[in-house]
Amino acid sequence: MMTKRNMWLLAGLIALILAPLGQGNYVVYTLCSWLIFSMAAMGLNLTLGYAGQISLAQSAFMAIGAYTTALLTLPPAEDGVGGLGLHWLVAMPISVFAAFVVGLIIGFPALRVKGHFLAFVTLAFTTLTFLVLRNEDWLTGGTYGLVGMPRPDFGFFNTGKQLRFYYFTLAVFVVFCLLMWGIIRSPWGRAFKALRENSIRAESLGVDTRRITLLAFAIGSAAGGLAGSLVAPLVQFIEPGSFALVHSLKMLLMVVVGGAGFFFGPVIGAGVVILMPEFLRFTEGYYLMIYAATVIVLIIFCPKGLIGLGEIIRNKLRKDKKVRGDMDKGAQL
Amino acid sequence: MSNKVMSVSNVSKRYGAIQAVDDVSFDVYEGEILGLIGPNGSGKSTLFNCLLGQTRPDNGSVEINGHNASGLSPSKLNKLGIGRTFQQLSVFPEMTVLDNIILAGQEHHGSMFSRLFGAPDAGLTPEADRLIAFFRLEHLRDEMAGSLSYGQQKLLDAAMAFMAGPSIVMLDEPAGGVNLTMLGNFKERLRTFNKEHGTTFVVIEHNMEFVMSLCTRVLVLANGAIIAEGTPDEIMNNQMVIDAYLGG
Repeated sequence: MMTKRNMWLLAGLIALILAPLGQGNYVVYTLCSWLIFSMAAMGLNLTLGYAGQISLAQSAFMAIGAYTTALLTLPPAEDGVGGLGLHWLVAMPISVFAAFVVGLIIGFPALRVKGHFLAFVTLAFTTLTFLVLRNEDWLTGGTYGLVGMPRPDFGFFNTGKQLRFYYFTLAVFVVFCLLMWGIIRSPWGRAFKALRENSIRAESLGVDTRRITLLAFAIGSAAGGLAGSLVAPLVQFIEPGSFALVHSLKMLLMVVVGGAGFFFGPVIGAGVVILMPEFLRFTEGYYLMIYAATVIVLIIFCPKGLIGLGEIIRNKLRKDKKVRGDMDKGAQL
Repeated sequence: MSNKVMSVSNVSKRYGAIQAVDDVSFDVYEGEILGLIGPNGSGKSTLFNCLLGQTRPDNGSVEINGHNASGLSPSKLNKLGIGRTFQQLSVFPEMTVLDNIILAGQEHHGSMFSRLFGAPDAGLTPEADRLIAFFRLEHLRDEMAGSLSYGQQKLLDAAMAFMAGPSIVMLDEPAGGVNLTMLGNFKERLRTFNKEHGTTFVVIEHNMEFVMSLCTRVLVLANGAIIAEGTPDEIMNNQMVIDAYLGG
């Protein structure tokens, strides 16, 4: 018998499969962006929402993933910046690993600084990455960026067309969600939450908080790397501005608006950040103002994000009021 | 006399001009319930923190179960068999009671990677349920720890300290803020655990009645140094102790 939760998940998956049908290229492209940014934001959610370590570096990890994939998949060039011409299936794990290792290194400051100090450290890393991408043009193409990354061809399934690339992205998204779910519900996930809620207590219970902090950064960064690895073939053009600080802030917004610490919060948050401006375009010049005002209202009245808001509404609508386990018996202890 | 499970030698800690702990040495024996008492500012908490890796002492050494434990991190001390509770509430409020207890045991099962690929509960649910029942928290098993009352959270905090099967449990003011009925139950459970498992306890506490009725031996700290040691009866009749508390 299928549980209610699994039925919702299945309905969501069917909706994602049906969503691009009959739509133009731009809508399908926007849906691809939503899925890709959802993955990056879910990675940030692990670092921030579950483990409580603030990071403003997620766009830098996307950049590492995107540039690594681009340089590995672009065909060799006689002049200008060329690549190695490898298949995406080879480039992607290398890109994810690169982001994982850099994330691990960036995690070290988190062992010493917390809160807004840590935010500044990660912000500095994003700025540094942007400058490297812009200035090292022999490798990155500088401000001109890299163009023409091929979309993966699996022989029986070529992702060259927009709709096919969407289904390819959706498949990666589903596998990614399963992996993340496995991590979150494992003892590692419990240790991440313990780190967020009370790191001193966690350490006294044998949790190696150093290792868990580093892992929270590294896994979250690897998710950013994976997203970057999909952005390169989706857009087929990357330049430093695509991964500037503003994109890290956008991903932070996705996590907060959707609901930090909720598994699907960032997916909903990414939907709001990426899809809502498109829906509001009919308002012409006002859409950014409406969008900004909506986000402000949401954050003020619903600090737990849209999923938190959903919980509040569901609890209000419940007919059977739930009481704490001991209240029906009187306080025995 | 039983085996020594902890040996504290010449531990000192100074904060600026204040000598918080002054050359303290004592041993803890297997299966005993040792009380550590003293007036406010006597250095109990600093000493506790020095023993538990939260604060690095200026001098001295600590040996636990035959291992040099000086300078070890709290997580390594936990792996050496030390469980502890905190003076302040120290549960994980957004995790269920069951998850709090499982967390307290999971790091002692398998390697880091086997924990990632193994069962989500690390196979600890039956053991956690036993401990939850022992502390009479069954009816709250699936509640968020943050929704429990203060006293219930104190009980949960204590239960977490027992989950990994420690040889020594250090309790930092376990009676603080707990009502009398609950305190009586808690004391009875500590005694039972001590008898059934032979677990050693070191208890810091202000509540004299609690310490004197629970502990088998008591150390008294004043101005960072040990001024008396003995059974509860001896301590209650010790003039130096009375003076330290009454400012004589």
